[in-house]
Amino acid sequence: MKKKYMNPYLAGTLLGLVLLLAMYLSGRGLGASGGIKYCVVSIVGNVSPQHAESSNYYSKYFEGGMSPLKNWLPIEVLGIIVGGFLSGALSKRLKFKLEKSPNISNRKRLIFAFSGGLLFVYGAQLARGCTSGAALSGMAVLSVAGFVTMAAIFGSAFLFAWFFRKNWI
Amino acid sequence: MGPISSLPGFPEWLDLTIAFIIGIGFGYALEQAGFSSSRKLVGMFYGYDTTVIKVFFTAAIVALVGSQFLSYFGLLNMKNVFVNEYYITASIVGGVIMGAGFIMGGFCPGTGLSALSIGKIDALFFFVGGMLGAFLFAETFPYIQGIANGSFKGPVKINEVLGLSPGVFTLLLIVAAIAMFWIAEMAEKKFARPDITNQL
Repeated sequence: MKKKYMNPYLAGTLLGLVLLLAMYLSGRGLGASGGIKYCVVSIVGNVSPQHAESSNYYSKYFEGGMSPLKNWLPIEVLGIIVGGFLSGALSKRLKFKLEKSPNISNRKRLIFAFSGGLLFVYGAQLARGCTSGAALSGMAVLSVAGFVTMAAIFGSAFLFAWFFRKNWI
Repeated sequence: MGPISSLPGFPEWLDLTIAFIIGIGFGYALEQAGFSSSRKLVGMFYGYDTTVIKVFFTAAIVALVGSQFLSYFGLLNMKNVFVNEYYITASIVGGVIMGAGFIMGGFCPGTGLSALSIGKIDALFFFVGGMLGAFLFAETFPYIQGIANGSFKGPVKINEVLGLSPGVFTLLLIVAAIAMFWIAEMAEKKFARPDITNQL
């Protein structure tokens, strides 16, 4: 029998303490989309070193023979997967599963999941952070960017929710 | 005095080990909160499950209050803690694109990773889509530099813009959060749906 989720306010306190620890130990907040970017940069560097070298965008991540994966964010992202797995194991939630509303097909759910991921990470590169790196960590250091990004993400999701309601409810 | 990593001679391997440990805590907290489930996450936008706002604002306030206490007792030098830089256009346009991605995909990047870690197949598609998104951004970057770098304001702080001390601003934020939590609890009753916990 899988265990119930943690009380939201308690889980929020735990998340806040992890963020505080990141600030105290490394002088930075949490991140997720940044780690995905470093993975992509590393793949591009391996597949087409010429392309990575000639582009201003990629080349800065390879300066002085650096490896893009040997950075704080991609290693933290690896930790997220380990931590999520541990939590799932302890609460008996490890299972291969396609989660969706019973009203839509598997195919539709996967197409939307893929497109949503594409848009989310594209937007996160533009805003220099996602819900973790820009909104949550940004708010925790009182940055205007954090509050504006948070309001834009949640405001936009509330507006678009009406159009996609049949996917979820 | 923290941040520890800014102390002289602090080795890089230790900072990267810290990154790994922080990541484990982050992933653990996200999964325990129920953020490994897209149907629980999007409940926020239909009112039937408001876990997102409760976890998000509780976490922000704990970190805000905690860092100010550490700073007050001389344990943390906030000048050495990264403050996000503000590019007005990019924050707004990027945020709106992210909101659309959120409601379509059902995850944000961090929560998607926590869902992937317990075996959610939809989260795997979200993650692969995300990698393509980062790739497309890199490839289109030369054409969108105007939006990406426009109206740059630097690492401005919201309390300074409003002419308040960090403490007073934080207090106001706590009051606002309590009001939001109250509305969220009401919304969950108003928009309640049959319990889907066993389907997640």
